[in-house]
Amino acid sequence: MSTMALLQIAEPGFSPAPHQHRNAIGIDLGTTNSLVATVKSGSAIVLPDSEGRSLLPSVVRYLDDQGQVEVGHNALYEQSRDPGNTIASVKRLMGRGREDIDTQGSLPYRFVDTPGMAQLVTRAGVKSPVEVSAEILRVLKQRAEASITGELTGAVITVPAYFDDAQRQATKDAAQLAGLTVLRLLNEPTAAAIAYGLDNGSEGIYVVYDLGGGTFDVSVLRLSKGVFEVLATSGDSALGGDDFDHRIYCWSLEEAGLSSLSPSDARLLLTRARTAKETLSEHQEAQLSAQLSDGQSVELTLSQAQFRSISQQLVAKTMLPVKKALRDAKITVKEVKGVVMVGGATRMPQIQQAVAKYFGQAPLNNLDPDKVVALGAAIQANMLAGNKQNDDWLLLDVIPLSLGIETMGGLTEKIIPRNSTIPVARAQEFTTFKDGQTAMSIHVLQGERELVSDCRSLARFVLRGIPPMVAGAARIRITFQVDADGLLSVSAREQTSGVAASIEVKPSYGLNDGDISRMLSESMEHVHADIEARKLREAQVNAESLMEATHSALAIDGDLLNSQDREIILQAIASASEAIASENTRTINEAVNRLNQITEPFAARRMDRNVQRALKGQKIGEL
Amino acid sequence: MSAEFNQNYFALFGLPQRFNLDSDALDTAWRTVAAEVHPDRYAHEGEAQQRVALMMSTRVNEAYRTLKSPLARARYLLSLAGVDTQEESNTSMPVDFLMAQIEWREAIEDAQSAGDTDALDQLLTQLRQETKALETELETALDQSGDLDLATVLVRKCRFMEKLEQEIDEAAENVLSSAAPSTQLD
Repeated sequence: MSTMALLQIAEPGFSPAPHQHRNAIGIDLGTTNSLVATVKSGSAIVLPDSEGRSLLPSVVRYLDDQGQVEVGHNALYEQSRDPGNTIASVKRLMGRGREDIDTQGSLPYRFVDTPGMAQLVTRAGVKSPVEVSAEILRVLKQRAEASITGELTGAVITVPAYFDDAQRQATKDAAQLAGLTVLRLLNEPTAAAIAYGLDNGSEGIYVVYDLGGGTFDVSVLRLSKGVFEVLATSGDSALGGDDFDHRIYCWSLEEAGLSSLSPSDARLLLTRARTAKETLSEHQEAQLSAQLSDGQSVELTLSQAQFRSISQQLVAKTMLPVKKALRDAKITVKEVKGVVMVGGATRMPQIQQAVAKYFGQAPLNNLDPDKVVALGAAIQANMLAGNKQNDDWLLLDVIPLSLGIETMGGLTEKIIPRNSTIPVARAQEFTTFKDGQTAMSIHVLQGERELVSDCRSLARFVLRGIPPMVAGAARIRITFQVDADGLLSVSAREQTSGVAASIEVKPSYGLNDGDISRMLSESMEHVHADIEARKLREAQVNAESLMEATHSALAIDGDLLNSQDREIILQAIASASEAIASENTRTINEAVNRLNQITEPFAARRMDRNVQRALKGQKIGEL
Repeated sequence: MSAEFNQNYFALFGLPQRFNLDSDALDTAWRTVAAEVHPDRYAHEGEAQQRVALMMSTRVNEAYRTLKSPLARARYLLSLAGVDTQEESNTSMPVDFLMAQIEWREAIEDAQSAGDTDALDQLLTQLRQETKALETELETALDQSGDLDLATVLVRKCRFMEKLEQEIDEAAENVLSSAAPSTQLD
């Protein structure tokens, strides 16, 4: 799109340009499989690969020390032959420390012994789960780019609703590394509710039961007049279909009298266990046969009844979050209008039956449980990109786990309770306890338990630049802000002096900006692309879209400005336009920042007007 | 920031400033305003607009949370009148009220150790009835007689009741969790 054309069509006095479709995608980055979807001609569709397959197995194999990879079906196929370099279910490692990961039995990977997020040793070197996930996202991005015309505006990436801040941040980092603009991180059950609700015109209380490959979520939503309001969410971010495979695997070891297996035999038997599980969703019995590397053969028959009995505890384990979510939402089972089933693992008959029994109604299975999350994400991406849609709707989501800080004696003090509607912010005042103290450390935690050691450490924030005063005199107001992605940011200000303290963040399980830049340049070297060229292009696209947005805002609400303010904004737009032509990334970014700053009061006034208008409309509607 | 968004929470939703509040009208007004200011509406716009949206929707959600809870609403009305309820610092309460608190705690503990969720539910119902009675008194004090001293004492009492309700919730959750299957996988 050319800049000149933009200026011409949006010159003051003219109506804004007829809207051009912006390409946006929804990505379901799953434990077992990943998908990409988009909205074309008003309907959401999953994009297949060149061979017509929708699902991309979330498996990455490192082929050599140059960082060449294969992702998906081929990697999955080689998994048992090359288990150490073939990373599957990497989602389970995102934002997790080595100590969080249960490696007993099923994971054939070599971990590096470092604090923070777990790192894997492969033949291509040490890889973070963020880098592995980025490989999957890159393939999906390429798949999308092959099927669209024009540029990709951005992506909505889904995460389990029960993901904590570290896991969410890791997902966003992976997307950044893959060169995707993240429009929003969307909770998986909420994505499913959007796809389901908009399809069925539903109203009332719905429960989404989402059992994926490695995560379990349950969300309670109220659907009313196009508003999807999440009332409560709960779950278990380390429970999924994989655990059912593992049960069958353990059962087969016991039945066949096997003990320690080599990594590739273990991988093989796990793969067979998964096939058996899938067979049992359709049939009464499944055969499990495998030829081990020492020549020994395993031949077993597993019946549905046996499977039910060995997986009974796992099924029961999913019902606890269901009860908790209903409690938090203050909703009784009788008030639930429907239960939407999401995730391939909900195909298991014992899951269907347990849910039907608890809710006293047959669960809803009318959307493909593998695709519904990606479809919902695509619908939201389309809305966020600013494309016109048939239905006007809005999503109000919540934070899944309470945020708190460490206080004296290793106890947690909750600052933002779980199930608060986001965006949300809370401020808390702290004081110094030593004379002349100029720095202070805040330990931020996530979880429901009282002891710090039972909660998840998110980060330590070190505040510096507190003006020296006597002990107890400083009043430092710290604001914890959770944005619409469910991500936390912290800011601090000393109240008596008005000094903004500087904050240094040490994420407990995340990556810092330096790590990201390093990974980005490494991955760029690998594809021989020019990182500077990409940064310039991104800055230009960003500036163009800001100019377009500002022009259209002026066309709609220009009457809110006096001629002088209007002139200042127009000048800033003109400077941005010149900056774009300069082909200098820094100049462009500076012009964009200036334009943003100058338009902020205008933005606030526009929003005010919209609110007043909406409230009036509502009153008229009531009459 | 513009004048309208520094307005008080009642004005923000176009609702009359008083304790007695139509909860359904608040829900509807919140959804209406939240829909207008939500960051999703501005994701394709400039950073300034997105920043404003984040700030405003945060404020709108805070306003809703405050007005939705009778205790927080009463506290807010008092703060608008310049009264600090001193709930954390001033804990001097009538003796009979404190005695009743001890009885409540014992009943909750007994029900939890017996793993009796029905008893906990009953306690919750009873607690909500008593809280409701306090709220009726609050309505008189705030909306009719304008007796702010009385309202302040009532707010402190309601705060005790809220803590009890949290304790019942936690007890119920503990009973639920201990009745659940072991979390050990193997």
